Amino acid sequence: MAESDVKVKVLGSWSSPFVMRTMIALNIKSVNYEYLEERLWEGKSELLLKSNPVHKKIPVLIHGDKPICESLIIVQYIDEVWSSTPSILPSDPHERAAARFWAAYLDEKWFPSMRTISIAQGEDAKKAAIAQLEEGLVLLEEAFGKCSKGKPFFGGDQIGYLDIAFGCFLGWLRVTEKISGINLLGEAKTPALLKWAHRFCSDASVKDVMPETEKLAEFGKMIMAKMRGAAPPKS
Amino acid sequence: MSEEVKVFGFWCSPFSRRVELALKLKGVQYEYIEEDVFKNKSPLLLKYNPVHKKIPVLLHNGKPIAESLVILEYIEETWKANPILPEDPYEKAMVRFWTKFADEKCLPALWKAGWSPENEREKAVDEACECLKTLESALKGKRFFGGETVGLVDIAANFIAFWLRLIQEATGQELLSAEKFPDLFKWTDEFGSCSVVKESLPPRDKLLAFFKARVAEAMDAQTNASK
Repeated sequence: MAESDVKVKVLGSWSSPFVMRTMIALNIKSVNYEYLEERLWEGKSELLLKSNPVHKKIPVLIHGDKPICESLIIVQYIDEVWSSTPSILPSDPHERAAARFWAAYLDEKWFPSMRTISIAQGEDAKKAAIAQLEEGLVLLEEAFGKCSKGKPFFGGDQIGYLDIAFGCFLGWLRVTEKISGINLLGEAKTPALLKWAHRFCSDASVKDVMPETEKLAEFGKMIMAKMRGAAPPKS
Repeated sequence: MSEEVKVFGFWCSPFSRRVELALKLKGVQYEYIEEDVFKNKSPLLLKYNPVHKKIPVLLHNGKPIAESLVILEYIEETWKANPILPEDPYEKAMVRFWTKFADEKCLPALWKAGWSPENEREKAVDEACECLKTLESALKGKRFFGGETVGLVDIAANFIAFWLRLIQEATGQELLSAEKFPDLFKWTDEFGSCSVVKESLPPRDKLLAFFKARVAEAMDAQTNASK
């Protein structure tokens, strides 16, 4: 049965790095999909609440009538369903474990420290959060060396799981650099990642779904203003 | 050439016990190395997990893997006997979803409810019960989350089947009861009575004593704080 006969929808938000992971994975596999923008600040749609009753969060991939939630779970699902090349996860179990390890690190430690910067109270707290972010980038620079083995991406010749897991954060990373005035991804400490970032952002499966830094920065300012003004909606 | 499999763990950690359970389920021989995580982590552990410096670490033919859920997926992919993940991609995605839910939402909520100070306890308990209710819905009357056999979700939820009961005994709290969560409660018995699971649990009395000591410590701290 042709997978292309079954409808694919993505419930998302243009500014979400997690939604971007889903779209990059679908693009890599050349899967046609319908994108439905959730205006999270205006309340969640019926479809979102029905498709992800546990977390009520985006992204959700709806494949036919089956909803799949949690961005990294979605990416693995996409890789397994549309199993023709190019593969997203490495074939070697040890390399797969390394990719999953670093993706978990990004979600559980690194990205949360980026979010901390925007809500950090006082200069010391901000500096500490930035230092954490920088430390993480140095670790990832080393990981890049090991995973890529001299090739252009973490996944080798093509974008893979860890490229997707990390690359989706580049937009917000650039916004953080802009706002803090600090060059986080730079020649001095992360030369390989700097080059990788350019390659990632120019890749055919990424460039149309990576939001512009200016637009993200404006959005970021709006969120900060709302958060200072009122409690943000849970998303 | 025989395979070399080692597990760096800590006797009362549900995370390293998950790894041991998966290896035992698949009949994989391994060497266990106990780490003194509170006082004296070994140089080997720090070498094999420089990022987090935590157990568990699985060492397979000299290559280390860290993070229990990452290790479990690796074990599944490397040793094919007694699969803990389904074949179908959608079923697999569901198993991963509930594994993540048990690990990232249930465990922290349950831990918090067990050790919260008085003034935060009610809210923490409510949140923990919400998590248990949601997790129970994934069971759908099956014997295990994995169906007829122990699967990834069961392994990830090991804390609930064993550690939680002992914490309840030590603190006098009752979060998971047969009245409130009949299906989940029944599952804890099913899970706990599997011989392979029994082999991979910490000694009951030792763990209970450990939790009782922590309760006493927490109470001393509260008493001292209010002086």
